[in-house]
Amino acid sequence: MDLSELLAIAEHENALRRPICIRCCTALGCQSAGSLSLKQRLEEAVAEVDRTDIEVIGVGCMGLCGHGPLVRIDPAGILYEHVHAADAPSIVAALDGGEATAPRGDPQHPFFTLQKRIVLENSGVIDPERIESYIAAGGYQALYHVLHDMTPAEVIDVVTRSGLRGRGGAGYPTGLKWATVAKSHGDRKYVVCNADEGDPGAFMDRSIIESDPHKVLEGMAIAAYAVGADQGYVYVRAEYPLAIQRLQRAIAQARRFGLLGAQIFDAGFTFRVDIRVGAGAFVCGEETALMASIEGRRGQPRPRPPYPAESGLWGRPTLVNNVETFANIPPIIRNGAEWFASIGAENSKGTKVFALTGKIRHTGLIEVPMGVTLRQIVEDMGGGVPEGKVKAVQTGGPSGGCIPAALLDTPVDYESLQRVGSIMGSGGMVVMDDATNMVDVAHFYMEFCKDESCGKCIPCRTGTAQMLHMLDLIRSGQATAADLARLEQLCIMVKETSLCGLGQSAPNPVLSTMKYFREEYEALVRG
Amino acid sequence: MAARTFTINDQLISAREGETILQAAREHGIFIPTLCYLDGVSAVGACRLCLVEIEGSRVLRPACVTPVVEEMVVRTDTGRLREYRRMIVELLFAERNHVCAVCVANGHCELQDLAIAVGMDHVRFDYAFPRCDVDISHPLFGIDHNRCVLCTRCVRVCDEVEGVHTWDVAGRGADARVITDMRQPWGEARSCTSCGKCVLACPTGAIFRRGATVGEMERDRNKIAYIVAAREQRW
Repeated sequence: MDLSELLAIAEHENALRRPICIRCCTALGCQSAGSLSLKQRLEEAVAEVDRTDIEVIGVGCMGLCGHGPLVRIDPAGILYEHVHAADAPSIVAALDGGEATAPRGDPQHPFFTLQKRIVLENSGVIDPERIESYIAAGGYQALYHVLHDMTPAEVIDVVTRSGLRGRGGAGYPTGLKWATVAKSHGDRKYVVCNADEGDPGAFMDRSIIESDPHKVLEGMAIAAYAVGADQGYVYVRAEYPLAIQRLQRAIAQARRFGLLGAQIFDAGFTFRVDIRVGAGAFVCGEETALMASIEGRRGQPRPRPPYPAESGLWGRPTLVNNVETFANIPPIIRNGAEWFASIGAENSKGTKVFALTGKIRHTGLIEVPMGVTLRQIVEDMGGGVPEGKVKAVQTGGPSGGCIPAALLDTPVDYESLQRVGSIMGSGGMVVMDDATNMVDVAHFYMEFCKDESCGKCIPCRTGTAQMLHMLDLIRSGQATAADLARLEQLCIMVKETSLCGLGQSAPNPVLSTMKYFREEYEALVRG
Repeated sequence: MAARTFTINDQLISAREGETILQAAREHGIFIPTLCYLDGVSAVGACRLCLVEIEGSRVLRPACVTPVVEEMVVRTDTGRLREYRRMIVELLFAERNHVCAVCVANGHCELQDLAIAVGMDHVRFDYAFPRCDVDISHPLFGIDHNRCVLCTRCVRVCDEVEGVHTWDVAGRGADARVITDMRQPWGEARSCTSCGKCVLACPTGAIFRRGATVGEMERDRNKIAYIVAAREQRW
């Protein structure tokens, strides 16, 4: 494969396009609402009217998951929501004027217009099951450019100057991590994509893989070239069967096209990717536990240092980045570091994908520039809560905190969210209305952490169980004010002494709700 | 081999290159409490009792796996560390059913020693009183999960010194248990060589010699480090 062949594939693919395109979402959310049979009915309806100027393609996530299945007619830009298979003939008939039986969505709603799509640029546009569709959208050109026109040091320099930070939650500068792996010595190096997304209410990484798997693979290949790795692993949780299936298909296609494997683009660069499927442990999202799991050992973390960049898989230098981080790489290479650095906030460049869920009108997947406020996301894009008022927004899953409605003007960037006692996290955003009891919320997350603690270190194993017990006492009215103080002390101890991120952040939901909603705890306390 | 000089609790101390804070401290008679650490097997930094404060470090570091760095300033006994250690020991006592009065290791128990060392006069948390099994299917040894603190010393000594890996950990969090082979009764675990190293390694009365009565379980833990050292010398 060389550039002219790549461009020829793109050209051929574009020539196949028909004037009218009916895009039907086939990501997991819409599939579970029946979008596969809908897509089939749409194809049949097009065949029945015998029109060759119309095509139906299955695409990835369009974002507004709560209103699925979604269908969009391009280039007219007409959006249909809650579409049933029975609506298919009327949707095709409506192409000649008239109204379809399915409700119309509003593509000009702030939910769509306030987004800035970099990671999700192809999501809901291309067919994730066909590599040609990705190539037609300019895919794999960044990889070609990197392999032929750039040295590894130049690639790292671009990523560093772009200001990209890890999208898995902690926000470690990506360029710095790449440079460390590149400088570490090892007879082999590895690149690992962390797709073990486990926060309750989070589905960003799943959607990215389901909607645009090649973009993640291209990002990994560029990273492998930059750090000197020849083997990659994608660690996906077993609960994501569709993502695994699409990723498998994507890897097979890329190998067939010579875009993965030996001698990619005839540039003397070899990179193979394998999938490793998790077995249902949340802690395996922690990088050292994840690597232990890939090696076939019990998935539990170990102390760092040594960091994976120095001593990772089988003791060799290993680059571990999150799905969304890798998906940012091809656009950064294509458009340049300055372009990326011009988007977003001071110390948080680019965009962030959020899974907007909870008590909110428009549930779904959004990508916004860093620095927009929580209020814009919740009230403008999400349409606010259906009944009552917003009480709090939870970010960062069980590692994050609850941000009260009074702080909704907090901008979404790593530092600001930390300042108010939460974290950016991987992108789960759960909106709560005033019917929500915050002690119950803390209890929910603590139960999750207690169940997911691996049991290796004492503070996390025994601390989460004890914190949960104390929250039980509080909820059942058996706790005293002294118990509240002891719970707080316990939280701080577990936070400061636990071995890995799970334990270090497990107390956050309790601490943040105690900070902002203390009266709800005190109301339950005896005497 | 180069030497390193650093400070523990305002005292200047020398250490060999590559030595951990714990090793250097012990050589100089400075006490840092430990539970999962055992001479002769790898350190895992799991019990968190040996956490120390290092100047310039945002987080607490486990002394057992943190190498000494030139001019490092370490504090091992601040008020914060004392409080955390006491809490951790209390949490261990509350987690399972540790009843010293009827334990074979009474008087020879590292958990008991720790409780005394950290000044734990009572437990401020509610006891969980879980149901735990006792396995005496092995002809020589037994395991009482009521007394297990999941330090995994038995797992490591069995794997690294005896080279058998009969022991491992199954389950997660509070449900985690040390197991023999594929979680069958110890007596049916075919890989076990009955070497008894796990009995030596166990800090509490969880793994015991059958027939030992209350207070009888004296163990010479130095034997494990001795075996390891003897092998290294021979090679």
